[in-house]
Amino acid sequence: MLKLTNLAKYFGGVRAVDGLDMQINKGEIFGLIGPNGSGKSTTVNLICGVFPQTAGTIELDNVDLGRLAPHQRIEFGVSRTFQNIRLFGDLTVWQNLWVAWRDAPGHETSWLVNWFGSPADRRHEIQKLLEFSGLGDRADRPASSLSFGEQRRLELARAMASKPKLILLDEPAAGMNSEEVADLRNRILTMKNLGMTVLLVEHVMDLVMSVTDRITVLNFGKPIAEGTPLEIQNNEMVQEAYFGSAKNVEAGN
Amino acid sequence: MEYYLGITQTIGVHTLLGLSAYVLLLTGQLSLAQVGFFAIGSYVSGILTVIFGWHILPALLVGALVAGFFAFLVGFPALRVKGLMLVVATIAFSEIVRLVFFNVNWRVEVNGLEVGPDSTQGFREIRYFAANGWEQAHVVLLIWLIVILVMVLLWWLDKVRAGAVLRAVGEDELAAQSSGVNLTMVKVAAMTGGGVIAGIAGGLFAHSTTYVDHHTFSILLATFAVSYPILGGLKNVLGTLMAVIFIQGFIIEGLRFMGDYRNILFGLLIIVAMNFRPQGLVDGNFTSDLRKLLRMNQKRGGIDA
Repeated sequence: MLKLTNLAKYFGGVRAVDGLDMQINKGEIFGLIGPNGSGKSTTVNLICGVFPQTAGTIELDNVDLGRLAPHQRIEFGVSRTFQNIRLFGDLTVWQNLWVAWRDAPGHETSWLVNWFGSPADRRHEIQKLLEFSGLGDRADRPASSLSFGEQRRLELARAMASKPKLILLDEPAAGMNSEEVADLRNRILTMKNLGMTVLLVEHVMDLVMSVTDRITVLNFGKPIAEGTPLEIQNNEMVQEAYFGSAKNVEAGN
Repeated sequence: MEYYLGITQTIGVHTLLGLSAYVLLLTGQLSLAQVGFFAIGSYVSGILTVIFGWHILPALLVGALVAGFFAFLVGFPALRVKGLMLVVATIAFSEIVRLVFFNVNWRVEVNGLEVGPDSTQGFREIRYFAANGWEQAHVVLLIWLIVILVMVLLWWLDKVRAGAVLRAVGEDELAAQSSGVNLTMVKVAAMTGGGVIAGIAGGLFAHSTTYVDHHTFSILLATFAVSYPILGGLKNVLGTLMAVIFIQGFIIEGLRFMGDYRNILFGLLIIVAMNFRPQGLVDGNFTSDLRKLLRMNQKRGGIDA
């Protein structure tokens, strides 16, 4: 489904992503992990088109996304959440979803309704998505007035409002308590059941290990391991990247 | 009476100018190009009625469309700059427009009189209203019909999805883009719409004062244009109207005896407002209070009846 080939992004001399090959299959929950600064968020930003890649290709279902503007990539079915929540704070919860709303393929309304339709035209569908996100009674409140957990859920709902095939979650569990993480786990699994493919960038290992089908580990912008959660947990190189090697510790002594 | 009609005219024209900046501010663009579009609207519609003898309405419309076209063109390079750099770039545009009209010399004989823009001497005798027997009250009526039309249109825009998209872009461009919003289209559309509104304002201004020259289109006017929606707040169009009434009606007219000190007062007012009421005069609480007040009056009316 998503295929990254030799993807690279240099910021001046810094090689944030340096030759990444990765393939995500349809319907998979794919984990992308690695220490801070290993290039995870840069990878998400490259897939979404926030900035252009230095080299390599990004293909979604054999369509080359590499040169498309961010809003065009949404049309091809890519959507995302942000590491530091980015909602439209002064808009209502409902309007946040309204802005991002796209009709399901085959059920599109005319551009006239799309741009100049009143809330009544979408009331029912958007309310359903709000109920799903546990925000049913928050529809007319400003997004900035929501609690932290609610804001995370709203951002997730906004990413789903465009009916994506592939959804990129950039550290969705950051700052959550264990109860909220459990709720998030259920939501990610529901997304999979709804037919979405998920790329999960995350530091909360409990979540990553319990929900993903496969994982790629990045270090210094390069993939150092790939496999099932179990394989990754037992991989020595991964342990080294995260905790430093036993040899180094001895040498330090 | 004539004096008050004159103020009403000025307030109407400035409200349109303020609303043209309001549209852009919704998308987070602070533009001082509005006075450039205003100038284009003034000269184009003035030339059409004076030299070509057009009726005022098509002349206003064409003036607005030409201003809108230039706004559309300015919209693309303006996409590349934000914040202060956009302010600088739009000032440059307004100055270019001003200097172009400073040099336009297009004198034509109409009915034995030489008329048209006369470069440094300005564009005199834009006398459509007087020549066609309009009284000042009619002019005021025309201006305010257009003001109300534009306000209703912008009010409506805020109720449909396009309005939410404009505000979303103003709040967070990256998030809007990542939600599927085409930034280029939205920002250029806002710039064009703002240009059309400023163009109409310019046409109305030129015909109601009968004389414009390059001094009219100064950066001070551009500053006024953006300060109205900033002071009034972006909650809805009423804020801009109230700010214009306050600044033009009270500070500029009411305090006329203070002469040029009024400009200092104007600057101070902006600084004070930014510090104590950054969301502007009219915010969510204000509108809901207003609604409550109206409802209360209705109820009272009901009891009395």
